[in-house]
Amino acid sequence: MFEIFTRFADWLVYELMGLSPDTKLGDALHFFVEDVSKIYVLLVVMIYVIALARASLNVERVRDFLAGRHRGVGYVLGSGFGAITPFCSCSSIPVFLGFTSAGIPVGITMSFLLTSPLINEVAVLLLMSLLGWKFTLLYVLVGMAVGILGGVFLDQIRAERWLQSFAQKALERGRQQQSVQSGPVAKLSFNERHQFAKGETWEIFGRVWKWVIIGVGLGAALHGFVPDGWIEAHLGDGQWWSVPAAVALGIPLYSNATGVIPVMESLIVNGLPIGTTLAFCMSTVAASFPEFILLKQVMQWRLLAILFVVLLSAFTLVGWIFNWLTPFI
Amino acid sequence: MKQVKVLGSGCSKCVKTAEIITKVASDLGIEVNVIKETDAEAIMNYGVMSTPAVVVDEQVVYSGSIPAQDAIRGWLS
Repeated sequence: MFEIFTRFADWLVYELMGLSPDTKLGDALHFFVEDVSKIYVLLVVMIYVIALARASLNVERVRDFLAGRHRGVGYVLGSGFGAITPFCSCSSIPVFLGFTSAGIPVGITMSFLLTSPLINEVAVLLLMSLLGWKFTLLYVLVGMAVGILGGVFLDQIRAERWLQSFAQKALERGRQQQSVQSGPVAKLSFNERHQFAKGETWEIFGRVWKWVIIGVGLGAALHGFVPDGWIEAHLGDGQWWSVPAAVALGIPLYSNATGVIPVMESLIVNGLPIGTTLAFCMSTVAASFPEFILLKQVMQWRLLAILFVVLLSAFTLVGWIFNWLTPFI
Repeated sequence: MKQVKVLGSGCSKCVKTAEIITKVASDLGIEVNVIKETDAEAIMNYGVMSTPAVVVDEQVVYSGSIPAQDAIRGWLS
């Protein structure tokens, strides 16, 4: 099914531009053209289809659904909705406060917010097409586990103590409220769904196309210019320090999942162990300073620091566990 | 004069929303005062979770994306 993109790249790079597949440039460019064209087509088609299906899902409905749930289910549901609900990361703070003022525990809210950048339809789609369904499934499970366990931990240490005081008060008020008033669920006509999906496709594609270029470009550079076997020879055994090093390297690098997945593909193909790759990617996607600075509006420094340490340890653990498990998968 | 607030933490969409509202108002010849509200607590107090959101004379009229020009005309007139 994806052959057409290989042929398109053959035609463009080898025939039209006259490069030889044996040169580094020809090889790297072929990889670039094939992946970018494949990813663009998949993105447009799949974002549209998925948006059609979830047109009526939004953060308001998720909040009403999560409010008053039993905690055990709450973390899993919070994380699950984090994976499928569309929302812009610039809305994280209002979402956090909206959930909090509905009396939803901080841990459940954070399960939602932590899972959200790690897993989204674009990431899943790219993983499927570039790395196969097994890896995708693994990635989704691990992403959700990080969200769920992170949330449980934050509630265990009573993280709400370290919210900014207005957020604490909002949580208190929300708990005393019996139920949240939820508006009637609008039934959407197909045309409304189509309009929503069109808007989403346009918007998400407009946001991620450049990340695809950057990500695949880096991937192509790795593919063509890092000597074959270099990564494998130096990092291929999953040396224990390589995982925390990968996590640390991912902090200053900030990307969304779309940009980092093509890089993942190249790293894995070049022999970087799966755990180390996963750790690097999760750190790049989910631990970024700008987002943390935003969270300062609702959390005290202490909670921010704890959250940061929790995330970094979680990613390191994920890396170690997967490197250790690789022989068994 | 209508008081319009655009709620949002200063992302590019919020800036664009404020610009469009100002433009539509001046096209219609209506005087408005457009303010950008970026304070998290204030946004919470309007009960808004998806930004950008639009508040006209203290009523939340829209949230979640950049509003369409037709909708803006409706709120202003």
